[in-house]
Amino acid sequence: MAILEIRGVGKRFGGLQALRDVNLSVEEGHVHAIIGPNGAGKSTLLNCLVGKLVPDEGTVVFDGRSLLGRKPWEINQMGISRVFQTPEIYSELTVLENVMIACLARRDGVFRLEAWKTLAEEDDIRGKAMQVLADLKMEDKADAHSAALSRGDKRRLELAMCLSQEPRLLLLDEPTAGMARADTNRTIELLKEIQERLGITMVIIEHDMHVVFSLAERITVMAQGTVLVEDVPERIRGNPKVQEAYLGGHG
Amino acid sequence: MFKGLDRNDIRLMLVVALVTLAAPLILNPFPADSAWAQFNAGYPDLMQRFVIYGIFAIGFNILFGLTGYLSFGHAAFLGVGSYAAVWMFKLLSMNVVPAVLAAMAIAGLFSLAIGWISLRRTGIYFSILTLAFAQMSYNLAYSVLTPITNGETGLQISINDPRVLDRAFGTAASDSVPYPDFFGLQMNDTASFEFFGRVFQFSVGYYFAAMLFLAAFYLALRLFRSPFGLMLRGVKTNQSRLEYTGINPRPYTLAAFVISGVYAGLAGGLLAAMDPLAGAERMQWTASGEVVLMTILGGVGTLLGPVLGAGFIKYFENILSKINDQILHQWFAFLPDGMEDFMVTLVSPFVGKGWHLTLGVLFMLVVIFLPGGLVEGFQRIGRLLARLVGRGRKPVSDDDKGGA
Repeated sequence: MAILEIRGVGKRFGGLQALRDVNLSVEEGHVHAIIGPNGAGKSTLLNCLVGKLVPDEGTVVFDGRSLLGRKPWEINQMGISRVFQTPEIYSELTVLENVMIACLARRDGVFRLEAWKTLAEEDDIRGKAMQVLADLKMEDKADAHSAALSRGDKRRLELAMCLSQEPRLLLLDEPTAGMARADTNRTIELLKEIQERLGITMVIIEHDMHVVFSLAERITVMAQGTVLVEDVPERIRGNPKVQEAYLGGHG
Repeated sequence: MFKGLDRNDIRLMLVVALVTLAAPLILNPFPADSAWAQFNAGYPDLMQRFVIYGIFAIGFNILFGLTGYLSFGHAAFLGVGSYAAVWMFKLLSMNVVPAVLAAMAIAGLFSLAIGWISLRRTGIYFSILTLAFAQMSYNLAYSVLTPITNGETGLQISINDPRVLDRAFGTAASDSVPYPDFFGLQMNDTASFEFFGRVFQFSVGYYFAAMLFLAAFYLALRLFRSPFGLMLRGVKTNQSRLEYTGINPRPYTLAAFVISGVYAGLAGGLLAAMDPLAGAERMQWTASGEVVLMTILGGVGTLLGPVLGAGFIKYFENILSKINDQILHQWFAFLPDGMEDFMVTLVSPFVGKGWHLTLGVLFMLVVIFLPGGLVEGFQRIGRLLARLVGRGRKPVSDDDKGGA
C-alpha cells in the first residue's frame, strides 16, 4: 500500500518550471530513492512534501490525508521527519539537548508551556534521547557542544533527532554528501540497520550511485523537473534514458 | 522546593537569597561620617532600585537571552505597570497587593497585544516594531490619554481619591496623603541601627521588593532549566529546525514575550509601590534601552548577568550623577592649581549629568573585550585566582562554568 502519493505536482518559480506533472508513489516500508542531475527538481519536490513550498498544482497525500497547505510542524506531527542536505541542528545546544527537543516535540505536540518542571526531572525524555544516541553510537558525545561535532557527526545527530521521533516517513536529502568513502559506508550500514529494525519508510535523494544501489528498493529518476522513469534498481542501471540524462549524450 | 535543580543552581539561589536579604549590611561598608560614605549603597531608595530593576532585567533576559528576540520597547510594560498600580491605589486601596497584581495583569495583557503583532517579524524588524509601539505608548500617555495618565504632570494619589476598600474597612487616612502599605506595614517604614559608625537601614519597602525579586529569580531559574526554556533556546539557535521538528515557534516566543512583559509590569508596579506616582517618561525609549544595556552589560542569557547589570548601572548612575565640579575640585585639590583645573575639566564631562558618557564607554569596553558581560569577567577572574592558588597542585575544575 502506498503511504505517500504524489499526483500531477507542478511548481513554478517565475519563468522557471521547477516541477512539471510529477507522479510518484512510495510503498509503506520501502526505501525509495530519487536521483537525477543537478536542477532536476529533487529538492524542490522534497520541499513540497514538508511544507516549505506549496505546489502550484497537483496533490500530495500522506496516509490518506493531504499535505497541501499544512505548516511544517503539522506535517512533522503527522509522522514525517526530514534530514537536510546541510545538517540543521541547534548548534548552541549540547548533543543530548538537541535530541531531547525532538523527543519533547513528539510527546508534547506543537506547543506546551512547561516552565516549572526541569529537564532533570524528565527521565523518560532523557532516557529516550540517550537510547537513540546509543543506537547511533553517539552516547559518549551526549554532553558535547553540537557546534564542535565533525560534519559526519552533525549528520548523525540530525538523523538521531529524526529517529527519536519514530517517524512513519523519513526524508533524507543527500545524507552522504561531502562524506569520505568510509563514512559513507558507515552511513549506508546505519540506514540499512534502521530500516530492518524499525521498518521506517524512507525517501532518499542522493547523487552517490553506490549509496542508491546499496539501499533503494525502488528508484525514481528525475530530469528537468519531471519524472523520467521509475523502476527497481536492476532495471534502472541499464536504462538508456537514465544514462542519457546523466551523461548528457549518447551513453 | 529545589526538586529537579542541580547543586550549582541551588547554591546560586542560596547565595542570591543571602546577599539580597543581607544587602542593607553588605552594601554599607563605609562609616556614615567618612568621606567614603557617598559610595555606600545600603540605603532603601537605592537598594529598592537594585531589586526592582533586577526583576525588570531578569524578565527581559527571558525573552532576549533565551529566544534572541531583542525588544526595544519593554519600558512600555514597566510604565503600564506603574499606571495600573497607581490606579489601584486611587480606586481600591493603598495596600500594595492589589496594586502589584493589577500591574502584572495589565502589563501581561498589553504585552500579549504588542507581542501578537510584533512577533510576526524577526530580527531588526521585530526590534523596530517594539520600539514603535513603545514610543506610541509614551506619546499616548503624554498627551492623548491625559484623563488616564494625567499627562506630563504624572499620575499621583490625593486625599480625595475614592479608595473604596480602605474606606469600607475604615482604614483610609483622612488628614494627609496616604502611603502604600502591606497590610498596615508602610513601605517607607524603616528601622535604623547604628553600629561602629555605620547606619544600617532595614526598610519594609526594600524587603517587600526583595521577596518578590527572589521569587522572580527562582521562577526564572526553573524556567531556564525547563522544557519550555529549552524550546526557547531552540528558537534562538535554529528556528527552522524547530518547525521541521514539529514545534510551532510562535506560541513559544509569544509566551516568552508575555512572561517578560509581566516581569516588567511587576517592576513597574513595585516602582509605584515605593513611590506612588507614575509618569510617561518611564515608558520612553531611553528606559527601554537601559534594560538592554543592563542585560548585555551583565551577560546575556545568564541568570545572574541581568541582575548584576541592573545593580551596576543603578549604582554608578547614583554615584556618578551626584558628583559635580565642586566635588571634583576637592578630589584633585592635592594637585598644583593648573593641573587641578585641567583634571577637573577632563573628568567633569564623565560625571554628573554626563554620567551616560561613562556608561557608554564602559558598555563599549564590555561589548568589545567581554562579550559575555560581567558574568564572564567574574568567571575569568575566578579561573585566574583558582589557577594562581592551585598552581602545580591539581587541575582546575570548571565547576562554576555556566552556573551563573
